[in-house]
Amino acid sequence: MAEVVRFFIDGKECMAKNGDYLLQAAKENGIYIPTLCHYDGLKPKGSCRVCTCKVNGRLMTACTTPIAEGMMIESNTLEIEEMRKSIIELFFVDGNHFCPTCEKSGYCELQALAYRYRITAPRYPFLFPLKRVVADYAKIIIDHNRCVLCKRCVRAIKDEMGKSFFAYRRRGQNIEVILDKRMSDRMSFEIALEAENICPVGAIMAKRTAFTTPIGYRKFDKITIGSDIEKIKTK
Amino acid sequence: MGQKITIDPVTRVEGHGKVTLYVNNDGSIEQARFHIVEFRGFERFVQGRPYWEMPVLVQRLCGICPVSHHLAAAKAIDVIVGAGMGDELPPTAEKMRRLMHYGQIFQSHALHFFFLASPDLLFGIDAEPAKRNVLFLAQENRDLAHRAILMRKFGQEIILATAGKKIHGTGAIPGGINKHLSLEEKDKFLKGEFPLNIDTMIQWSLETLDFFHHYEEQHKDFIQSFVSFPSNYLSLIRSDGALDLYHGVLRAVDPNGNKILPDVDYHEYYKYIEEEVRSWSYMKFPYIKTLGQELGWYTVGPLARMNTADFIDTPLAQKEFELFRAVHKGKPCHHVMHTHWARLIEILHAAEKIKVLLEDPDILAGELFRQGNKQFEGIGLIEAPRGTLFHHYKINENDQIIQANLIVSTTNNNQAMNNAVLQVAQRTFKGQKKVTESMTNAIEVAIRAYDPCLSCATHALGQMPLVIEIVNT
Repeated sequence: MAEVVRFFIDGKECMAKNGDYLLQAAKENGIYIPTLCHYDGLKPKGSCRVCTCKVNGRLMTACTTPIAEGMMIESNTLEIEEMRKSIIELFFVDGNHFCPTCEKSGYCELQALAYRYRITAPRYPFLFPLKRVVADYAKIIIDHNRCVLCKRCVRAIKDEMGKSFFAYRRRGQNIEVILDKRMSDRMSFEIALEAENICPVGAIMAKRTAFTTPIGYRKFDKITIGSDIEKIKTK
Repeated sequence: MGQKITIDPVTRVEGHGKVTLYVNNDGSIEQARFHIVEFRGFERFVQGRPYWEMPVLVQRLCGICPVSHHLAAAKAIDVIVGAGMGDELPPTAEKMRRLMHYGQIFQSHALHFFFLASPDLLFGIDAEPAKRNVLFLAQENRDLAHRAILMRKFGQEIILATAGKKIHGTGAIPGGINKHLSLEEKDKFLKGEFPLNIDTMIQWSLETLDFFHHYEEQHKDFIQSFVSFPSNYLSLIRSDGALDLYHGVLRAVDPNGNKILPDVDYHEYYKYIEEEVRSWSYMKFPYIKTLGQELGWYTVGPLARMNTADFIDTPLAQKEFELFRAVHKGKPCHHVMHTHWARLIEILHAAEKIKVLLEDPDILAGELFRQGNKQFEGIGLIEAPRGTLFHHYKINENDQIIQANLIVSTTNNNQAMNNAVLQVAQRTFKGQKKVTESMTNAIEVAIRAYDPCLSCATHALGQMPLVIEIVNT
């Protein structure tokens, strides 16, 4: 039986299995730590930095930090929240995120985080980078204007042999997600929808399915992101 | 010695523009031009975007009648997704879209008549500028202002229920619609508490027409001779000749009512309509090809629709339409101020149509959308509150837009508005040594009758008010 450890988030006593990652452990204790790159069931990546917390006084990403006995964690403090807002704003200025016409509106986690943190405008200047829209795949469109390089698609969308449909190419500021052309030819509609759903933003969209859910019925029309976790009753 | 007078800002039009008058020393007008000084952008930057974004993307042209752009684009994209040429949508989809559209017509016309136009009518062109606005209207005529707000609200609530938002919704999707009306929504509109129910809206629409008739009795000269000139008129029309604001064939009549476009398929509009570019305005000048640039210009909008239609298929509006046609002896009406009358007839028609649609069970259940074989080009036309609106898209094999052409209602009225400015300026400025505020307002009143949406017409970005510039030559 796994060892249970005791730790504290913002002074609240929490319990979790030793070695669980902080993001998951917090969730099980009804505490929401925001993230863009993490997805339940995937190996943690720690690329978006939105989940950064102070662990025993040091800044650490919650999705990659294993929990240990007696850890003192600061998450919902003014300092950390302000830093998270700042990171979210950087995502907005680093890409071209036009929520009003984006078909992911209402499902987009970046948009939902902006609403949660009441971000009306970023404090940084928009960079308006020139990005491509790649539409020559049969089932999906990749809109690089919206990609936050979370790598969820690369990690999650695989064929029956475990081979990834998506990959990164180039490096540094030129890095971008691509879809293997040969694999895209045999991508099913179900896989395309799965890829759309796992993308936290509107970078990967299944073709010809947009706007079928009315406003008011979309995921984040109904709930604030994270509020479902915060409703979990802890022991 | 030249004199330059600038009025900045000029209010109560949608969007931003400028009027330049070249005045001779004797006060006669050498030239009058209504410029749109903003640049177009949408037709270019939609290129590369996936076609299914169009109904949601292009409606951002405007915050006043986004529904018109939303639906015109949706109709064009219906063709692209193989959902037919406009009359093959599932009944639920077409009826929900029509309900959205009539809600839009109702609210937009109410906004224009009460908020933008009525201060001129009630307080006069010569009234102090501080009084010629809806706030003073609210002080002076509380009941009228109250109705104005609630009529607009009712239309907006219809849009909310059908599109998901009052402004910039997502209801119309390629091949149909994304929701039914709920029973609660239907009951609210049909039997809601006074005054926000459809019967009250019909009654108020009738009373607004009475208000206009009463006003015309007292100001006959102003209404009938303030600005009046012969024009061609163009609109969509139902194939049997009925007024239809959502779908139909393209009809144009000459100043005597003779058909110059005899009910042609709007999917071939480019065979009949051409656009001219002039160096001094970002707004193009469309014209009917067969008549040429000089004679082929035309008017669209409520007045045009009253002049092209054979009848209206709702009883109360039809009764008023008969009166309208009788006054003009069955010929097209050229009195620009009668556009207000035509607009009020359409408010009544929209309210009656809303009631019919609300009572139709198809809006509560049924197939929402359908798609067929993909096409590479789609054209959608609709009668927006301000007139005929053209959306035309071409896509590539990857589903991306490669070409877009939007001919917006106000663009269609470009030459007509220029003519109205010239006529009013010629009469108002003749023999006058001093230019007064009421003289320039007279020009605005003429422009305002067309309810122009200049941001739509130029797809403008940013804010720049309408400027009137008078140059002595």
